[in-house]
This record gives sequence, structure tokens and C-alpha cells, in this order.
Amino acid sequence: MFKRVLAVMLFSIAALAQPAVADAGRVPKPTPTIETPGQCVAPVEEMRRNHMEMLKHQRNRTMRMGERDTKVSLNGCIQCHASKINGSVLGSRDNFCEACHAYAAVKLDCWDCHQPKANYKATASAPPTMGLKP
Amino acid sequence: MFTPNFRYKEGPAFYLLVAAGGLVAAIGVAAAYYMEHMGHIVTNMTNQIPWALPHVFAIFLIISASGVMMVASIGTLFGKNVYKPRARLACLLAIALLAAGLSVIMLDLGRADRLPVALTHLNPTSEFGLNIIFYPTFLTLTSLYLWTLMEPRMNRYSKTVDLANLIWRLMLTTGTGSIFGFIVARQAYGTAVLAPMFIISSFAWGLAIFLIIQRVLYGWSNMVLDPAVLKRMKNLLGIYIGAVFYFVSVYHLTSEYYAKQGDFEHFILIDGGIFPMLYWGGFVLLGTLLPLLLIFHPRIWPKPGAVTTAAVLVIFGALCHLYVLIVGGQAFPMEIFPGMTATSSFYDGAIEHYVPSLPEILLSIGGFGIVFTIAIIGARVLNVLPQDDIAQLKASGSLTD
Amino acid sequence: MSDSKNTRRGFLAASATMAAGLGFVAIAPGIRLIEAASAQGKLASSKVRYGLLIDSNKCKSDCDACVGACATENGIVEKVANPRQRAQWIRKINLVETSTGKTHSLPMMCQHCAKPPCVDVCPTGASFKRADGIVLVDRHICIGCRYCMMACPYKARSFGHQALTTQNPEVPRGQGCVEACTFCVQRVDRGLKPACVEACTNGAMIFGDLNDPNSDIYKRIREVSSRQVRADLKLDTGVRYQGI
Repeated sequence: MFKRVLAVMLFSIAALAQPAVADAGRVPKPTPTIETPGQCVAPVEEMRRNHMEMLKHQRNRTMRMGERDTKVSLNGCIQCHASKINGSVLGSRDNFCEACHAYAAVKLDCWDCHQPKANYKATASAPPTMGLKP
Repeated sequence: MFTPNFRYKEGPAFYLLVAAGGLVAAIGVAAAYYMEHMGHIVTNMTNQIPWALPHVFAIFLIISASGVMMVASIGTLFGKNVYKPRARLACLLAIALLAAGLSVIMLDLGRADRLPVALTHLNPTSEFGLNIIFYPTFLTLTSLYLWTLMEPRMNRYSKTVDLANLIWRLMLTTGTGSIFGFIVARQAYGTAVLAPMFIISSFAWGLAIFLIIQRVLYGWSNMVLDPAVLKRMKNLLGIYIGAVFYFVSVYHLTSEYYAKQGDFEHFILIDGGIFPMLYWGGFVLLGTLLPLLLIFHPRIWPKPGAVTTAAVLVIFGALCHLYVLIVGGQAFPMEIFPGMTATSSFYDGAIEHYVPSLPEILLSIGGFGIVFTIAIIGARVLNVLPQDDIAQLKASGSLTD
Repeated sequence: MSDSKNTRRGFLAASATMAAGLGFVAIAPGIRLIEAASAQGKLASSKVRYGLLIDSNKCKSDCDACVGACATENGIVEKVANPRQRAQWIRKINLVETSTGKTHSLPMMCQHCAKPPCVDVCPTGASFKRADGIVLVDRHICIGCRYCMMACPYKARSFGHQALTTQNPEVPRGQGCVEACTFCVQRVDRGLKPACVEACTNGAMIFGDLNDPNSDIYKRIREVSSRQVRADLKLDTGVRYQGI
């Protein structure tokens, strides 16, 4: 929370400091592709502001308390927002997560461990002697 | 009253030393970045040996940080005048060693970027977790103590602060020893003797590092340590070396005494390949017996470089000893099913072979680079160089044997 | 559901609104989240203690069906150059009694201790035990120190030595954190058995609630003699073995 308040404050100061700068020549605003518009778990405004808090809250409940199949869920986000082109929420400036996060320069930590592709299933190509020999 | 002379002979030596230390440190950090970026596949640490060379160095540096402060306490708390002018340098070294040790251990983390998480989430049952309290407090107390030494108006508090710091250090090193002492899983660890062993080791290793840095600073400043002062300090180092050897022997003997651990001792001391070699050759011969000879032989010790060589050997022996304890303790197969021999794809029942990879070596050596750089810069900007008023020490009887 | 006008608002406008009402920003998420959290689904209960009984007499030394099933379910399919750095949540151990030469075979995995050493030693609290006894790693706060791997008497944990892209959606895994058997918590939470248990056609593995007198595992543990591995450490493991 503190980080976000700080970010907003800095952002506001920056915005006030250069009110006359024209949009031309600046990094273009993100244009994420919304594959299934109007079906989100909360209004767009709220999602934009609070998606990280919602995910963080739910992740702790799911992981520590075993709460599954909830309205808010990272896999739910992916299921809906994965691009129809590459099946992922990552990959280019058009992909849902990457679009804004690249624009805002906010590091995406989720995908170090979570699967960014919808309907992904690891193919069972485990090493043949996995269980018995080194 | 004796007024120390603050003016060092300026020359390129300072910049050369800083550049050398800084380069070693920078290479270490670069190696850590490489490990962080590529993952630990570029190291030879495995699921069988998760802690290896960087941990040997980090634990050595952290333990030495607490031990080097004994040099200060002998003067301030125990009233030995020879050690009083050495308290400031001891503080500087303690800070440098702790910073370096923590850097190495932090840079080896799988997620070094989550340092803030380590600082904000504390599990009080974890020795590692408690260290998040131990180390910064040690740093604070040491800095406070340094202030009481350097600010004349604060001088009268130095004893109190040093006493608090001494007690805190003993707790800290007990905690560091307990990182292993509380591990019941492996035959090598899980014994209470590790805590006192680490404490006495800290005194020896800290003093050895102090003697080396003191030698470097004296050389840089074209000063010579009075033989009478050197004699007292090297005698103390000799006593420490003996005490460390005693505790390490007790550790192995108690371990040997428990029948179930006989195999482990046999591995470490006789047929474990590199480990008996490092133990007998590195720790016992080069790290204990040879330094004792250099220190106590009446014709050898006064020769130039004898005591410094002994101190370097003590550090080498210490690293060998820790390597045997940490890596050897993991290389020996964990006995999950006593009375049975196990085989599996996960190397159950198999003796592990570990050879440190280049990034691990560079990161580990980088720790020494950090110590050296901080020490040299600190000695340049702070007035920490030990300067003895030999006449006064002799007059007060502080230098008689 | 969403206001189409809102979707067209730029980030600057949103940020300005936020700046105007910092108080709203500070409080609102909490309120919304409590609402969002009143969700479906049961929570892990401390009345339950999940456990596993493994009969080594029924476990064949040349069978590793449980290991393969674990790999498929949990997406442990990555290629790792150094086999010693490969993650193994479950492994088959073949044993020979030193004195008699009698052989045993059994799967070994996280024993889901009631008093887990990994949880004790974890500096950040990333290693934790759920109310129902399942021991897990919170990857969001694991710093990768590997102290738990040093402390585990069963060598049950593996370290993420390299970056991954082949995770299954419900089983996050990645570089720099420690991981281990989860009892297939994503299945257990939906009332299914762990993948290894389901794959064991020899009937050597029984999974269930150790506290429930009506469960198979409860009845079985009362009937036969079973033991905990390294029982001398008094960790009260959730996984029990029969026949060794």
C-alpha cells in the first residue's frame, strides 16, 4: 500500500511539474487486447487499481487455507485474458499483462513460477528412468 | 600524554590497495549476478549438497567478525593496555567482516532480490531468522562502541557498551553455531559442542585477520610493530589455536563415541578422499601445527613475516575445517534407514562429490575483497591505526612477560 | 458488468482520482477483498490430519508408476543437465538389510511431519504447515536459502536450479525457491487423492484422514504394524510405512 501511495504521489508531482508537455513523442499508452470484454469479476476501474491486492489476498487464502475455485484467481485471469494468438498473457505489448506492466515499468514476478498460458498441460515427458536410476 | 601521529605517508599504495580489493569484490558480485540470472545450474551446488563453498566463506567471515572484537574487549574490558590502541581497528574490521559475510550469504540466495522479504518476515524459531535481529544489533553496538572510543566525551561509556556487545557477540556466535547445532537430520551436525567450538574459533580467526590487516596497514604507513607488542599478540594467537584444536578434537571424539556416527567419522577422518586430506593436511598440519611452530619456536617467530604467515595459515586451516564440516557433512549419505543400504535416483546412500564451480569460487573470494576494501578505506578515513607508546607501556609494566 | 466509459479512461485520470482520494485508496481494497473472499469452497481444517500409509510388501522394486504420475500431475518434466540438480518430489528407494540381505522397495517423499524441521528453520516462514497437516512452501516469500534442505531428515526437498516454462497452471514452480511433495494439495482440496496414490495399481498406498475413524487409513493403521521413518526424531510424520 505504501509503495502505491508513494508511486501516486510521485506520479502526481511529475504530472504537475510538466503540465504542458504534449502527448506527442511520448511512449504510447498501452493497448492491451481484451479477449472477452465485459466479463471481469469487478469493474474495470477497480481491477486497474486493485488487481494486485485482490490477487495477493486470494493467493494467501488459497495457499495457506486451501480455498479453491474462487471468484478471484490468477488462473481465472489467465483463462479469460490469454491472447488468442499465442495463448498467453505475455509475449508482446498487446498481451494483457505485459502491455500495462511494460508501460508502467512494474516488474512481473508472478510468471517466474506461475504458468502464463491458458489451458496449459505439461506433457508427460519425464526422464524415462526418473524413479529408479539417476 | 602520548599523542598519536595521524599523518600517514601518502603514496599510490592506498589507491592500489583499494583498486585491488575493489576489483576482487566486483568480480565476486558479478559472479553472484551471473548465478542469480542463470540460476544455480551454473554452480555445482545440488539437491544433495545445497550449501557449499559460499557458505564456508560466509560463515568464516561472520564468525570472524564477532571474534575480532575480542581484540577490543581485551583492552577495554580486561584492562590490557597493549590492546587498548587496537580497539578502533578491531571495530572497523568487525564491521567489514560482517558486511562481507552477509553479502556473500545473501548473494548466494536463490532469490537474492527478496532481501526485503527476509527483513520483514521473521520466523522466531529459525536460527537464520533470529540472525536478522542478531547481526544488525551487533553492527549497531559495534558502531556505538567505536563512537565511545573516538569521542572523548563518550569515553566513559565504552566499557558498558563493550560489555553489552561482548554478551551479544557470544549469543550471536552461539546462534551461528546453532545453525548447524540444531540440524538433527545429518550425522555431522546436531551437537551442542558446535556452539562453543564456533566461539573459540571466532577468537582465533578474528585475531589472525587482525594481525594480517595490522601488518598491511603498518607496511603501508612505513611503521614497524614493536616486537614486545607482537610477542604478546602472537602468544595469544597460539593459545587460541590450541583451544580451537581442543574443541575440534572434542567434536570428533564425541561424534566417534556414538556408535551410529562411527561411519561418518571414519569417512571424514580416514577414507573420505578430499575431506581427510583437508582435515589432516589443511586444518591439523598447515592450520594448527605449523602456525604453532612459527609462533612459539624462539628462533623462528622474531623473523620478519613469521607471525603473519602463521596468521594466514590459521585462516587457511579455518577454511579447510569449515569445508570439512559443511561440505563433508553433506557429502556423507544421510542415514534415513539405519541398518539398511539404500539406492535411488536421488543418490540416497551414495557419497557425494562436490567440486566448487568458478562462480562459487569468485563469489567466495569476493567476500575477502569486500573485507579488504572496507578495511583499507576505513583505515584511510578514520583514525584507527594502532599506535603504541612503547615507553609508557614499559613504564606501566604492561609489556613485561 | 463494467462501465464502458470507464474502460476508456486513461491511467492518468485514474491516478488523479486516486491522488484526490488517498483515504479511499487506503481503505477500499480491504473492504472489497473481504467481500470477494466470502467465497465458495471449504477451508483446510485442523480437525483433519492428512496421512499416507505405504505397504512396502506390495511395492515392486521395478515399478515407478507413482513417480511418473507425480511428474505428470505436478509438471516436473523439465530437462536438467546435471541429474543431481533435478527436482524429485517423490523417488523410489531400494533397500537391502545389511545383516540379512532382505530387500525392500518403497516410495519416499515429504513425510508431512506434525513437527516439521523445515518449518522450524525457515527464516521467513515460507515453509509452513496447513491446518490439515500438509507441509508446503510459500513461493512468494521463499528466499532460496536452502536451510530447510539442510534440516530435512528425509532429503525430501529440491531446489529450483533453473528457470522453468513448463509449469502446470495449478502447480507453480520456478527458479530460486525450494519445493517438495505437496500431497497434490490442488487435488486434495477438491476431494481427490494424490496422483501417486491413484497411480499405484499394486494397492501399496492408502491416503486419507488420520483423524477420521471411518477412513481406510485410520482403520488400517490400527490393524497392522506400521512405523514412521526416523521415528527417533519424534517428528510425528504423516507418512507411515508398513513392512520395513
